[in-house]
Amino acid sequence: MKVRFWGTRGSIPVSMTAQAVRAKLITALSGAAGVDLSSHEQVVAYVDRLDFATAGCFGGHSSCVQLETGGSEHIILDMGSGARPLAGHYLGQHGGKPQTYHVFMSHLHWDHIMGFPFFTPAYIPGNQLIIHSCHSEAEFAFRRQQAEPSFPVDFSLLRADIRFDVMEPGRDYAVAGLTVSAKKQRHGGDSYGWRFDDGKAVVVYTTDSEHDVGDLAERAAFADFFHQADLVIFDAMYSLAAAISVKEDWGHSSNIVGVELCQLAQAKRLCLFHHEPAYDDLQIAQILNETRRFEELTREGAPLEILSAWDGLEVVL
Amino acid sequence: MQLRAQLINGIQLLSTQGRIDQAGAEPFSAALSPYLADCQAGQPAIVLDFAGVEYISSIGLRALMLAHKQATAQQGRIAIAALTPLVAEVFVISHFDQVLKVYPTVADAIEDLR
Ligand SMILES: [Zn+2]
Ligand SMILES: [Zn+2]
Repeated sequence: MKVRFWGTRGSIPVSMTAQAVRAKLITALSGAAGVDLSSHEQVVAYVDRLDFATAGCFGGHSSCVQLETGGSEHIILDMGSGARPLAGHYLGQHGGKPQTYHVFMSHLHWDHIMGFPFFTPAYIPGNQLIIHSCHSEAEFAFRRQQAEPSFPVDFSLLRADIRFDVMEPGRDYAVAGLTVSAKKQRHGGDSYGWRFDDGKAVVVYTTDSEHDVGDLAERAAFADFFHQADLVIFDAMYSLAAAISVKEDWGHSSNIVGVELCQLAQAKRLCLFHHEPAYDDLQIAQILNETRRFEELTREGAPLEILSAWDGLEVVL
Repeated sequence: MQLRAQLINGIQLLSTQGRIDQAGAEPFSAALSPYLADCQAGQPAIVLDFAGVEYISSIGLRALMLAHKQATAQQGRIAIAALTPLVAEVFVISHFDQVLKVYPTVADAIEDLR
């Protein structure tokens, strides 16, 4: 299974600013003093040596993740603003040839549905879209965001065959060659985590999910849901201190709880996701480093690999 | 879990040891509770001596957050001192160093709070 991230930012999309580009250039050029950059190859090698926060960018699209299973049907997790570039990727691969898309929705907050009106396969006759969720209001939410006066093209004008499949948490479903199950999470209006198993690898997508660290039964239930997952995509929007004090009941979690749950679950990889929109690349990179350090400090069994999601990241399992 | 209590220069010093994790958090909170009830305006400030604490997990940090909230609501004062290097790192990573008053040594805490 291959996992490709198209939108990794929490709550609202953000974009890199002129100031941020300038700061990156200054850092990169300051470090180049005395380095021989007389050939193109030397420049490329120098840029490739720079750290990700200087030479790269975590990106700013809201939640959208693609699972590539090797099968003919496509799997998408959430329809945040990252769904727009993902649509371009699919059209580049398949042109107008009819395709089947399975979309799994964590919940219906705006940052998770806002990309759908820009998901061009929905406009193309012959395509089939099945929108899986555990929310009976999913169809209402998708139709409403495209209704007047919020969007110029009404949902009824979409030409693909679009169906809404309301599923139940705690049951195994067979979808596009995967075994899929959902788990209810603590979030305003409820959210659901998804577990995908292709028989070789397990991916858990658990975003917009607050954890009450004092609730031991809840902790055990999540450890069970994450059990031996190859990759856990985890809402690590806040620090632990913020998540249990000023931002208590805001519906999000922290890197610390992500590491603890993954260790308890004996998961292999933790991917920090739903980044705080106020954070710049340096802050997100620092959180990644600190999370790796925390994993090291608390490791008892096999190491847990820590990643931080960015728009464009691919993880091969 | 036992707390060793001493009153020094008008400061309620409470020393603890071991791991404040899933197993240790509840006994720690229970032992702290009577002192916390007295942590009010005009009463001695509490200093938690963490020199003997080997590890604290999220559930232990939550216990500290609840203690801090209660003390603040009662206009009392609570602070922590003498973190081991490992626990100090956990405080930084979890941003608890931004919520709770942390002193390098017990003497520093007493000096500042008395
Ligand atoms: Zn969100
Ligand atoms: Zn949400």
